[in-house]
Amino acid sequence: MSDVYIVGVDMIKFGRFPEKTVPQLGAQAALMALDDAGLKIQDMQALYCGNLGQASAMVGQRLLQEIGQTGISVVNCANACATGATAFREGWMSIKAGVFDCVLAVGVEQMGKGLLGGAGSGTGIPKEGLLGSGTMPAVFAEAGMEHTRNHGTTFEQFAKVSVKNHHHSTMNPKAMYQIETPLETVMNAEMISYPNTKLMCSVNVDGSAAAVLVSEKKAREIGMDRAVKVKASVLASDPFTDRDLTMPDVNAVTRIAAKQAYEMAGCGPEDINLVELHDCFATAEILHYENLGLCADGEAGRMIDEGEVALGGRVPVNVSGGLLSKGHPLGATGIANIYEVSTHLRGEADKRQVEGARLGMTHVIGLGSACGIHILEKVA
Amino acid sequence: MSESAEAQGPLPVVDWLKGAGGDDPYLEGHKCGGCGAIYLGERSNCSSCGAREGIEATRLSSSGKLYSFCIVHRSFPGIDVPYISAIVDLDGGGTIKGNLINIEPDPSKIEFDMPVDVVFADALGRKDKDGNSYISYFFQPAA
Repeated sequence: MSDVYIVGVDMIKFGRFPEKTVPQLGAQAALMALDDAGLKIQDMQALYCGNLGQASAMVGQRLLQEIGQTGISVVNCANACATGATAFREGWMSIKAGVFDCVLAVGVEQMGKGLLGGAGSGTGIPKEGLLGSGTMPAVFAEAGMEHTRNHGTTFEQFAKVSVKNHHHSTMNPKAMYQIETPLETVMNAEMISYPNTKLMCSVNVDGSAAAVLVSEKKAREIGMDRAVKVKASVLASDPFTDRDLTMPDVNAVTRIAAKQAYEMAGCGPEDINLVELHDCFATAEILHYENLGLCADGEAGRMIDEGEVALGGRVPVNVSGGLLSKGHPLGATGIANIYEVSTHLRGEADKRQVEGARLGMTHVIGLGSACGIHILEKVA
Repeated sequence: MSESAEAQGPLPVVDWLKGAGGDDPYLEGHKCGGCGAIYLGERSNCSSCGAREGIEATRLSSSGKLYSFCIVHRSFPGIDVPYISAIVDLDGGGTIKGNLINIEPDPSKIEFDMPVDVVFADALGRKDKDGNSYISYFFQPAA
């Protein structure tokens, strides 16, 4: 089986673009990734398109109607917030299988504002605020409080995640926001679901990101100078755990995926130089330090306190600004984080560059649940 | 409210709340005879061990312990806040989510593992489009 390489990858600056259609937004990133690779749409043998909001509306085909209808295979993917990673991985698999040599993966989303989720209504009466809360800030607050229960993690430690990621985003021109948010500002922001304040919730934005994946043969033709090798691609679903059906367990699914990813890449967490992980809420980021093996169980609070996960620390996490400040366009997120890690491996991340980065990891969670992990390696 | 709805009496907020109209309401789980996994609502297969039979109804306990929680300060329009969204492990098995009431929504007042009772009451006055009222379950600090 051929190794798989990324030879072009890019994302649009995340923001709010109500005047654009979803295919138009996706097309922007697709063209940017093609330009980055020095290739044309005519060079692509397949398109894997991730989008959640219009999952039944043939976004991939409509994207090609914007930039080139070449008659290629198109697969539209939806997998909650793991949608983009799933589309990327489908492209990776097609090359692994030897079916194609050169494919395009796109993730795109147009979001409204406001709360996502809500306890199911179905028939009868609304259950939100009656049988607890099904809003996303509440669900991830409860997951964070489970960590507090087990390890004594404090509101302040959760808040520090947001301080860190907002600080990182001041160095990322493609982030939705570039604003410093000191600890007091984060902790005193409007409380949404304790312990998540408004600044500890990811930003709903519109966005798109795209990558060109190729076989080793094709990568050698194009040139390996800026190529990034995909060392591992894993997708896991939530295993049965006692509380999962009541309280979605994002830990077990991440641990399964992480274990498989390290095995596939032939490395361990100590070898990883930077991580873009799924900080949909500040509480979630803390859980994943341990789930991804970046520290031992119970050490996550110490990690954020001691700055080990900040730029310049032992293993910088979410130097892009993360979902908390870069923004979280659901279907685009899984490819946007691949763009971020690739940019560091290429040494092109400017002020936020993680010096000497050779191996990086991306992680997303789609609640319900899916976990997508990729490990990427510098080639040249 | 129509007469037929009145005659029907209050409905259960979820189909696994049994005896909604009577004086002994309770929550019903379904337990796998093979592996012991407990589910809310009827089902024919077990997602823990894969069993396709032997899943039987079981009456869940009306007492348990607070496993996790959060305090909701912003919800959808029309939903009263703040309130405590609680995850409770019932004694004897089963985990359910609901509102924790009769305690201040202040994190310093709420303790993990605090014993709670499951109580049944009208669903905060909420009615469906046909005017039916509903019985819901709530948690409160154990008596």
